[in-house]
Amino acid sequence: MSTTTAPGRSATLLRTYAPLLAIAVLAVLLLVVAPATLSAFRLNSLGKYICWAIAAVGIGLAWGRGGMLVMGQGVFFGLGGYCMAMFLKLEASSPENTAIQSTPGIPDFMDWNQLSALPWWWEPFNSFAFTLIAVIAVPVVFSYIIGVAMFRRRVGGVYFAIITQAIAAILTILIIGQQGFTGGVNGITDLRTLHGWDIRTDAAKTTLYFVNGVLLFAVLLAAQFVRRSKLGRLLIAMRDQEDRVRFSGYDVANFKIFVFCLGAAFAAIGGAMFTLQVGFMSPSFVGIVPSIEMVIFAAVGGRLSILGAVWGTLLVNWAKTSFSESFPELWLLGLGALFIAVVMAFPNGLAGVWAEKIEPRLLKLTRRGDKPLPNATPAE
Amino acid sequence: MLDMTNPKYVLMVEGLTVSFDGFKAVNDLSFYVEPNECRVIIGPNGAGKTTVLDLICGRTRATSGNVAFKGADLLKMREDQIVHAGVGRKFQTPSVYEDLSVFANLELSFPKGHGVFGALFFKRDDAVKARIEEIAEMIFLSDHLSQKAAFLSHGQKQWLEIGMLLIQDPELLMLDEPVAGMSVAERKKTAELLNRIIADRSVIVIEHDMGFVADIATRVTVLHQGKVLSEGSMEHVQNDPRVVEVYLGH
Repeated sequence: MSTTTAPGRSATLLRTYAPLLAIAVLAVLLLVVAPATLSAFRLNSLGKYICWAIAAVGIGLAWGRGGMLVMGQGVFFGLGGYCMAMFLKLEASSPENTAIQSTPGIPDFMDWNQLSALPWWWEPFNSFAFTLIAVIAVPVVFSYIIGVAMFRRRVGGVYFAIITQAIAAILTILIIGQQGFTGGVNGITDLRTLHGWDIRTDAAKTTLYFVNGVLLFAVLLAAQFVRRSKLGRLLIAMRDQEDRVRFSGYDVANFKIFVFCLGAAFAAIGGAMFTLQVGFMSPSFVGIVPSIEMVIFAAVGGRLSILGAVWGTLLVNWAKTSFSESFPELWLLGLGALFIAVVMAFPNGLAGVWAEKIEPRLLKLTRRGDKPLPNATPAE
Repeated sequence: MLDMTNPKYVLMVEGLTVSFDGFKAVNDLSFYVEPNECRVIIGPNGAGKTTVLDLICGRTRATSGNVAFKGADLLKMREDQIVHAGVGRKFQTPSVYEDLSVFANLELSFPKGHGVFGALFFKRDDAVKARIEEIAEMIFLSDHLSQKAAFLSHGQKQWLEIGMLLIQDPELLMLDEPVAGMSVAERKKTAELLNRIIADRSVIVIEHDMGFVADIATRVTVLHQGKVLSEGSMEHVQNDPRVVEVYLGH
């Protein structure tokens, strides 16, 4: 009997603790190994990828769990990032720093665009407390409005993906067009200090790296909590049989809106931290390309797995960095090929490869270990 | 004016009409269901049987008419509100959550934690577990609780979906072809199950299997082209020449 129950037990043990173990491995890699081995420059790049990973976790939740393909995650990433950038820009635009402008005390790009006073909606971003709230609140309120408009009308599937994509395009055009208010195509650049703390030094970037790492795990734990709750199981149920969920007494739209907004909040955190880590924010992190890139991160890692989104982001960006350093013009083609390859060969991404190919082998190994060895006590 | 609060009936359907691009799938239909009654709806394909259930549970919006459930105007309510009022609906093809365990399937149907935050902080307490085990026993799935629903047989999926409705304890249960695609043995068990669960609630069943209908029906309504062709006891409709002509004859 023991030979038949023991593998079952080790299988359940592996299944229960595997997610925690996987998070622990990632934590050691990101918070111990990487800082110890990488140069300040590489560590800064990794910090940037972690910001994208935070946003990709939101896609993993909305797409993998809820079946909502968010093709406009860049919108929320960008809104969070711009809120942070506005605060930093105002701090960098003190009257002393901008004494040579025709209107000192306003951001440089406003001065170049003949603005002579700070627009009223920029004013509150003088307050750091307001900014921290706005970083989350602005994208979440925006995603809530989009969510209500779409999910209440039962817009879903491809239409949802296309509309979110269109919103990303619209927001980019808006930001670029309103140069005097937003910094236009260049974005908001030349950010210097956060409450007097210079964010441009290597030491500051390393500190920010650790903050990002901790935030990533906070977001992962939040996502894991949602996944393990009844709400997480409801999302799977909705993906399979939306009508059955509805006729079990649930208002399906509310759940979709919630997950969509939660994903937006994650993206916003990633965006705000990205602004701090790289020291600027521009429309190129808002539009269609970054939005699709984030979907690719989640797809490569495995959309059904929350950790998959993180691994996908890190690996794709690592490939991007090494590839585009040697063949910059080929990278986009490579990324496209990678996406097609993943969808064709491994529809569940790296996490799927793990679950289908590697985990069963591990189980087999543990099973062998559990078996009493027949020749353990050979007769002398 | 219709008295929507007549306590004699659980469900009152009056003048119900739905038109799809001019085609009236259900045309000026009226019928009344009493407490603890098992009403079976029969009729040829395309008679509008499933559409009637869709209209009552809010899946399809009526063009005109009235549907009153214990005084509540169902036509003005959202699907989930209709469920909370006490109307349960089983679909024709078994709709269970294939990626989830039988236990989780039943748990999601447990009438608690239906709001976003209610679901997020839902606790699987002893009362929930006990109720799920009780229902699982009833639907012959006690030994399958930890199994993924995808691996159940067709008949077991039908039972699971019935169980998912039972756990909500609806006052009105609507079943669309609950024995379709079942083996003879499964069919017998299902009849036994239905006989047990219809005891303390009203039920509307759509069914083609006349033996099964005779087994469970209090009254039978025959639909034809979106209208009531005949209504009454099983014996009455079986001997109605119009019913024999359009439905039972072939």
